[in-house]
Amino acid sequence: MNTTALAPIRVVLPNGAVLLARRTQTTPAVTINIAIRAGSVCDPADAPGSMYLLSKVIDRGTLGASPRSADDIAEALDSRGISLGVTVTRHLFSFFCTCLADDFDEVMALVADIVRAPSLPEDELETRKGEVLTVLRQDEDNPGVRATEALMDMLYPPPHPYGRRTKGTAQIVEGLTRDRLAALHSSRFAPGVMSLVVVGDVDTGRAEAVAARVFGGWSAPEPAPVAATPLARATSRRRVVIPMMNKAQADIAYGFTTLVRTDPEYYACWLMNHAFGQYSMSGRLGDSIRERQGMAYYAYSQLDANVMEGPLLIRAGVSAANIDRAVASIDEEVRKLVTEGLTQKELDDSRRFLIYAMPRALETNAGIANYLQTAEFFGLGLDYDVRVPELLRRVTLEQANAVARKYLSVDRASLVIAGPCSA
Amino acid sequence: MLRRATLDNGLTVLVQEEHTAPLASVWCWYKVGSKDERAGLTGVSHWVEHMNFKGTTNIPRDQVKGIIEQFGGSWNGYTWIDQTTYLETATKDALDRMLFIESERMSNGLYHPDDCESERTVIISELHGGENDPDQFLDQEVVATAFKAHPYRHPTIGWLTDLETMTRDDLYSYYRRYYIPNNAALVIVGDVDTDEALRRAEHHFGKIPAGAAPPRQHTVEPEQTGERRVVIKKPGTTAYLKLAYHSPAIGDPKFYALLVLDAALTGAFGLNLWSSFRTPPPQRSARLYRALVGKGLASAVNGSLLPTQLPFVYIISVTATDGTPLAAVEAELVEELGKVARDGITPAELAKAKSQLNARLVFENDSVTNIAHQIGYFETIAGVDVFTNFRPRIAAVTLEEVAAVAREVLAEPNRTVGTFEPLPVA
Repeated sequence: MNTTALAPIRVVLPNGAVLLARRTQTTPAVTINIAIRAGSVCDPADAPGSMYLLSKVIDRGTLGASPRSADDIAEALDSRGISLGVTVTRHLFSFFCTCLADDFDEVMALVADIVRAPSLPEDELETRKGEVLTVLRQDEDNPGVRATEALMDMLYPPPHPYGRRTKGTAQIVEGLTRDRLAALHSSRFAPGVMSLVVVGDVDTGRAEAVAARVFGGWSAPEPAPVAATPLARATSRRRVVIPMMNKAQADIAYGFTTLVRTDPEYYACWLMNHAFGQYSMSGRLGDSIRERQGMAYYAYSQLDANVMEGPLLIRAGVSAANIDRAVASIDEEVRKLVTEGLTQKELDDSRRFLIYAMPRALETNAGIANYLQTAEFFGLGLDYDVRVPELLRRVTLEQANAVARKYLSVDRASLVIAGPCSA
Repeated sequence: MLRRATLDNGLTVLVQEEHTAPLASVWCWYKVGSKDERAGLTGVSHWVEHMNFKGTTNIPRDQVKGIIEQFGGSWNGYTWIDQTTYLETATKDALDRMLFIESERMSNGLYHPDDCESERTVIISELHGGENDPDQFLDQEVVATAFKAHPYRHPTIGWLTDLETMTRDDLYSYYRRYYIPNNAALVIVGDVDTDEALRRAEHHFGKIPAGAAPPRQHTVEPEQTGERRVVIKKPGTTAYLKLAYHSPAIGDPKFYALLVLDAALTGAFGLNLWSSFRTPPPQRSARLYRALVGKGLASAVNGSLLPTQLPFVYIISVTATDGTPLAAVEAELVEELGKVARDGITPAELAKAKSQLNARLVFENDSVTNIAHQIGYFETIAGVDVFTNFRPRIAAVTLEEVAAVAREVLAEPNRTVGTFEPLPVA
């Protein structure tokens, strides 16, 4: 099918900051998406969770020529109906919001101040620590979070950063100081590791002018990149049970380490995973565990290829009585995938879906902004949206089945069960 | 421009052209939800929704998978207290396929006994998954306590014993009773030609016979005459508090004043059940955020005022910070609500609330899927004019109206308090 190219503008400011902008006129609104390459992999080795705590307090006050208090920022955002999101993933510290087009200049100036010069007030830090400690306690009581975090720890043992909890621990959070967070910000936030995406009802020339005005004067040395940590792949099957007897059902997390996003095999792996645990009602896994056996409301797989070798995770929520049966079914599906492979029809169905679904993925400003940010982060090119269909078409059945054999194996599976069951 | 047509069999068809992307979204809405369920059959509306993804006379079970995916489409559905709905969004060349699927769903569901049994355990798993979340569990208990007579009291997913005992015949007869064209609204939004879309709707749905008017329950919830309280003590890690107040339905002019009041208290959440929850409300300057989160008593506070056909409840939910006694949270919350019931809100708060609500109306209508949802949702519960007239209705809300609705709704006898007090986990 033919897709209309996004064809964004890409401008590198003299200080190294990258702007991607694309005009749309669906609604009189603009999405701003800023990504700093300062995710949780940049947490100090002795203080996992630092970036996460920083994300909770970074928008509570700014320094600079016109300092703003937390109340000033709250008023500036709330009066325009804006909710500013600040999130931390493994590699990115992101800011995103949607505002009315009329508010674009003022909102950009505000968000730039937050990114460049947060004041990190002591009182706000203490309050935000209380919130994070509460979230950590909620996570302790959540079988899905417990199972997934334990699985990531098994797949990525220390010192690999992917196995660390993004939110840290209560002890670490309590001990983090304002000075330490400020130093982390100074050392990791710089224009050379920032990409700014603007999508919406704003002329790209205006987006460029505003970006230059609010970020052009920012200078900071570019942080050293975080070195990739060698991965020790599992050589045997491992199983951990986390008893949570106060819960009504169990969560299963079952997974493998796979590949980096820039690996040429990525597209074969993407298609393989899609047919296995995503297509329609969650692919083969959904067919077996939900549709045929009625064991679970959800059973699916997800692939998270990343800068380092990311995981393929299989997830299912089942009653305590069905845990063994569900695990056996996952084993069976993995075994069949590895030994018999996908069929040509399954591969073609997933391929066709992923290509034809692109207009939906690129319908909204937020969808386009996410897409451009991902393409920029992995260096996929400004024409990535145009090239994707061909990249998917080139994948052969043999290639898709080869990556399944390469990365998946019942004998090397790691699995965690959290819920009302004994160890 | 939105065009309305009514087929001879009573089916309402609403079409709106949106040529911003080569997509179309089709939603078929039924005026049946958990409020239509009798005792012993709670959860039947939701279970029927699940069964309507399991094949029809002309879409055999093994052909369901892929039927819309081959157009890059997504499909889904949901059931709530007033309505049940199904949707497909795909490339525009799939319009005919989407209409075919929905016409089949309306008239030709298979309800194979084996599929009914298999889905029983899926739904019980969905119920148990919800119970794993103490906040969701408390919400269910609070609503059940706030209502003593009206069927809004039971959860949409149903009570466990009803799910364990319901039969295939219960499901199928319920399906046949409510899934008729004169109890439905078909919504088409996207890169379509209105006249052609109406012709295709007539082609696919025109021959489906109308049915007898579906039965309705007529119980009116008696006025609450004193505070109610539900205290849950279960193993857990975090304490939760909810205050629920009986609140006006969407057709009551007071709904809009309460919407503004909620925005002043917790930030404007928005009015799109399909998309609002994806973006948190702008709330850091809101009264309850400042009083609870700002002071470190809570890690989260949210208001929930949802547009419903009949009077439902306005719920304020609070997550206490670790170590903070619920009594302290409740005292502060009740104190703040007392202030607003006594003094109303300020002109600045009124202006900000309206600004937030208007911005959310823009943000929530950014896709053919979201627009189609809003048209169908409001058509089902009150008429689509409610949706198209939101801006002037919000603009017209006065300080006096907000003060009056605060006094009336936030009164102590109208309140149900729910607490989840965590016991040590063994």
